[in-house]
Amino acid sequence: MSALAQSAPLSHRDPAPTYRRPLWPRVQRIVTPYLYLLPTVLLLVVLMLVPIAMVVGYSFQDNVITNPNPVFVGLANYGTVLSDPVFLTAVKNTAYFTGVSVAAHMVLGLAFAMMLNSPLLANRTKALFRTVYVLPWLFTVAIIAVLWRMLLNPNGVVNYLLTAAGLITKNVEWLASPDTALHAVTFINIWAGYPFFMVSLLAGLQGIPKDLYEAATVDGANGPQKFRNVTLPQLRPIIISMALLDIIWTTQQFALIWMTTGGGPINVTEMLSTFTYKLAFSSYEFALASTSAVIVLVLSMLLAFVYVRYQRARD
Amino acid sequence: MSNGARAVRGLLVATGAVALAFTTACSGSSSPSSSSSSGEKVTLEFAQWWEPELPDGALQGIMNDFQAANPNITVKLLSGPYASTKEQVVAGAASGTMSDVVGLDGAWVSDFAKQNAITDLTALMKDNGYDDSQLVSQVAIDGKTRMIPVINFVYPMFTNTDLLTQAGVSAPPSTRTEFMDAAKKVTALGNNTAGWVLPLSLDAPNGVQNDVMSWVWASGGSMLKDGKPDLTNKAVTSGTQFVKDLWDAGVVAQGSFTMKEQDKVEEFTNGRVGMMIDSLAHINLIKKENPALKFAISAIPAEDGYTGPRGIPYASWGIGIAENSKHKAEALKLVTYLMSKDVNSKLSTLANAFPGNKESKPDFSNSDPLFQQVFDIYKAGTPANEFVGLPVSEQLMRDYGEQLQLTLNGDESVSDALKNAQAKWVAEF
Repeated sequence: MSALAQSAPLSHRDPAPTYRRPLWPRVQRIVTPYLYLLPTVLLLVVLMLVPIAMVVGYSFQDNVITNPNPVFVGLANYGTVLSDPVFLTAVKNTAYFTGVSVAAHMVLGLAFAMMLNSPLLANRTKALFRTVYVLPWLFTVAIIAVLWRMLLNPNGVVNYLLTAAGLITKNVEWLASPDTALHAVTFINIWAGYPFFMVSLLAGLQGIPKDLYEAATVDGANGPQKFRNVTLPQLRPIIISMALLDIIWTTQQFALIWMTTGGGPINVTEMLSTFTYKLAFSSYEFALASTSAVIVLVLSMLLAFVYVRYQRARD
Repeated sequence: MSNGARAVRGLLVATGAVALAFTTACSGSSSPSSSSSSGEKVTLEFAQWWEPELPDGALQGIMNDFQAANPNITVKLLSGPYASTKEQVVAGAASGTMSDVVGLDGAWVSDFAKQNAITDLTALMKDNGYDDSQLVSQVAIDGKTRMIPVINFVYPMFTNTDLLTQAGVSAPPSTRTEFMDAAKKVTALGNNTAGWVLPLSLDAPNGVQNDVMSWVWASGGSMLKDGKPDLTNKAVTSGTQFVKDLWDAGVVAQGSFTMKEQDKVEEFTNGRVGMMIDSLAHINLIKKENPALKFAISAIPAEDGYTGPRGIPYASWGIGIAENSKHKAEALKLVTYLMSKDVNSKLSTLANAFPGNKESKPDFSNSDPLFQQVFDIYKAGTPANEFVGLPVSEQLMRDYGEQLQLTLNGDESVSDALKNAQAKWVAEF
């Protein structure tokens, strides 16, 4: 058969379709996965890529939106923003706000999680505490801001209680005094955010095998030693993931600051988010606001990069 | 057709639909108004924050009357709170999709005029033969009217009659010396009472306009010279120094640096402060929240010995027409309808405000007698708000507010604060 086929003249050969697959199904096979991806890709492009590219583009122009004919100015906006003393204040404030918030979230979250995981408490008591402790997490930021503005009002409940307890003699302007405002908003953020750590760490604690503790007991380890050598190493992956996520979220906190202090008094609670917002919607300097937003984006991406690398290393 | 091919075709259709939806959503409506191509029937969009602040259905009722008088025009109200209306209008100005008719605050006008987002009303009124002599005021940038104040809310001084009486103050103060004296006496009553309340929040910095600059305007002073910042002049220095003196005397309610207008009203309503400068629009709110509170309203005290007309701060519900509107003539019809004698009277009565038409008169027969009293104060004085029409006026207030906070905190002198604020303002201009 093969010899016959070879000897036959080329023009008399059977047409190829008998053996070769038609073109359209092959194209279909190649294209189909991309078609399945297309809606997601389209969403990502329209909702993420295009806006980000536009904001990056804006940051290189003299002013945009309010100026119908913006001009390319290179890195001039970056020079303006980075040399602005208020921006540097905002960076410092954001670093303090984030650092203290994340550390406190972690310590409080772990402490409460360990308490809720303790065999010393009855299940009903645990359920009650769990409900109470998780409450701050259930409130929206607007509610939290209004609640704490009222509590920390100079004539509010906090000052009343502190005065009644003899701890202060004069009402403290918690959110309105330059000496206390940054600590006050940080405290509010800690209060609002610790339950997330608590719930996650509680899940982690419940997953630690009991035999590890039994082995440690047999080895003669006391409570703190068990905590240091069993609990912490077992929770480490959760703690690091949560801390990285919390850093990313806290650096972007805007609503809480805006609704409690607006970045004031003076600029002691100015954060990168409020600084950017004011540039855009108060000064209408959309190019400078875009520049500030790009700087925040780069910082967030660095953190996100660390987070993703850590997750990959874990996997 | 195989199942696979059918699935691919279905997917293609779905993808196409998604893409089409996005394209439509992203492109938006290039024109905010819709009308038939023949132009017979016109729909006007009217974006404002007034509807939620008026009694239910009041603004829609006025629009229904307008539509009845102009059967070819339909008005679609786009209503929201003040802040979201502002954002909506800013976005519309940037994208050229502003509603045909927009509610405006005087503080926004300069920026929208710079963008050429709101139309030149001077030319439009002239082209359509509208007599603007009946208007109380117009906000013009470079000689072209961009906003017409429809109704005005004034900011007189509120005094807590009970607290002042307890403190031995028989009548509301009319000079700064009397005010300082009354504030000290009220604060001396103890029990967390304060003589005056000053909101200086930086996220809503209108306290600078209403509660600080009002002292300057009340004595005939100005923060501008030839339309440019002049913060270091004698009148502004004296007004700012007076605020600093009040602060140093300890007569200002605590929490000023993050206090907003609503906190100020709350402090007064709860009977914790003796005096405040506030919008007349809050009379009903105060009475509703604390019916037992006795309070009086008077003009803002002036410098000792000043006898000229007293400037009273005001805020307006202004109106403008979008440059991108395809129905400017119809939009002007709506504007002139709202500014007409009877409609403007009705609107000012509904909003407890003062009319923007010289011939209009609000009907106070069913209102609190205080309104009539303040209307008399208003007519005897001069409406004053120099922030109207200035560029980035909210930012100007914030710049001044930051410097004032530094001064009050003892970080810099009044003259340094004013010099620094002046430098920032000049840069903004």
